Amino acid sequence: MRTTTVEEAVSRIPDGASLMVGGFMGVGTPERLMDELTRQGKRNLTVIANDTATPGVGIGKLVSAKCLRKVIASHIGLNPETQKQMIAGEVEVELVPQGTLIERIRAGGYGLGGILTATGVGTVVEEGKRKIEVDGREFLLETPLHADFALLQAFLADYLGNLTYALTARNFNPVIAMDATTVIVDAEHVVPVGMIPPDNVMTPAVIVDYLVARV
Amino acid sequence: MTMDPQTIIAKRIALELRDGTLVNLGIAIPTLVANYVPPGMHIFFQSENGLIGTGPIPEEAMAQPRLTDAGGRPVSAIPGACTFDSAVSFGLIRGGHVDMTVLGGLQVDEAGHLANWMIPGKMVPGMGGAMDLVCGAQRVVVAMQHTAKGKSKIVKQCTLPLTSVRTIDLVVTELAVIAFPGGRATLVETAPGVSVQEVVAATEATLIVPSTVREMQL
Repeated sequence: MRTTTVEEAVSRIPDGASLMVGGFMGVGTPERLMDELTRQGKRNLTVIANDTATPGVGIGKLVSAKCLRKVIASHIGLNPETQKQMIAGEVEVELVPQGTLIERIRAGGYGLGGILTATGVGTVVEEGKRKIEVDGREFLLETPLHADFALLQAFLADYLGNLTYALTARNFNPVIAMDATTVIVDAEHVVPVGMIPPDNVMTPAVIVDYLVARV
Repeated sequence: MTMDPQTIIAKRIALELRDGTLVNLGIAIPTLVANYVPPGMHIFFQSENGLIGTGPIPEEAMAQPRLTDAGGRPVSAIPGACTFDSAVSFGLIRGGHVDMTVLGGLQVDEAGHLANWMIPGKMVPGMGGAMDLVCGAQRVVVAMQHTAKGKSKIVKQCTLPLTSVRTIDLVVTELAVIAFPGGRATLVETAPGVSVQEVVAATEATLIVPSTVREMQL
């Protein structure tokens, strides 16, 4: 793990990269990284996240600044700008049931070849997917997702990069942490090693690549 | 005193709550059900963004920005609440641990199928957690107004994309309570002051009308 500045962390992200971003309606989204991605004018990014928040919040900032080429999410309904760009053909949107989305990410990070879920069987979600019967019940084979970068918001990070999250700001963060080539963390508080008891560490430091310094 | 449609729906669904159960409420009308929990009853309300033990909306100055509902609005947490990541949240949902979910609806058909996540070409918000909830919850209750722009939302067959092939258990509107025993829409209760004939007239689906239809006890 290395500490870095927000400018340097974001400068490592090339145009066209795929990003997994933590957060649920912006809660648990690393806002400083969203602001810097916008400021550096990134283009053609693919974002994998639960939702696109609202204009001006979290991932909504990337949408409004036209940083995105593709969105894989479970819900875009509270961001009219995402819907507008989707209808205009400027952004490709792949909608995935939320429980399936998080499991596809988990599968990617946990080294699994996919997961089987009954969610979506018999609906438009099953189109083009393999169906597998297990003990008389039909499941869809859902394949793993991967990304070049995971952008996390933690509550506490210690000097090594061990992380904890707060309340409902946890959501996708610890799951995407396992599933990206490069993991970048913004934390509300950076604390000495030992202040997070071992049992309370939710993401182990070994999978964190960059911790953005507080200013 | 006349009640508005949303209040009738929420109060009636609150009567479906059972002590000690895990209940997930969708956005819009379903959220209102939490306001009518019978006194003395303890319900574990789940918010799909990672919380069991959702409490009332806090006073403005007491809002905690990291404690929110599935719409991103601040909530409070009751004693005994717990938080978790999205994989656990949907493990609870998909794994059959949620006793009841209350969801909004665009259409319910006479077999009990629900469509509630998109209107092709018009509105594509996404399914969020709805498909997992209908697939995995023990009991699925739909809260919606009986008609939209004068057209019945309880239809012969859903024309909008389905949320799941699993049928729902109950739909509650401002006019009626309809169940689906044996996969057929059956009128169970009417709202106060609403006749069976009025419900049938407002419903596109063929309704089975038993010899006795109770009035909602609000």
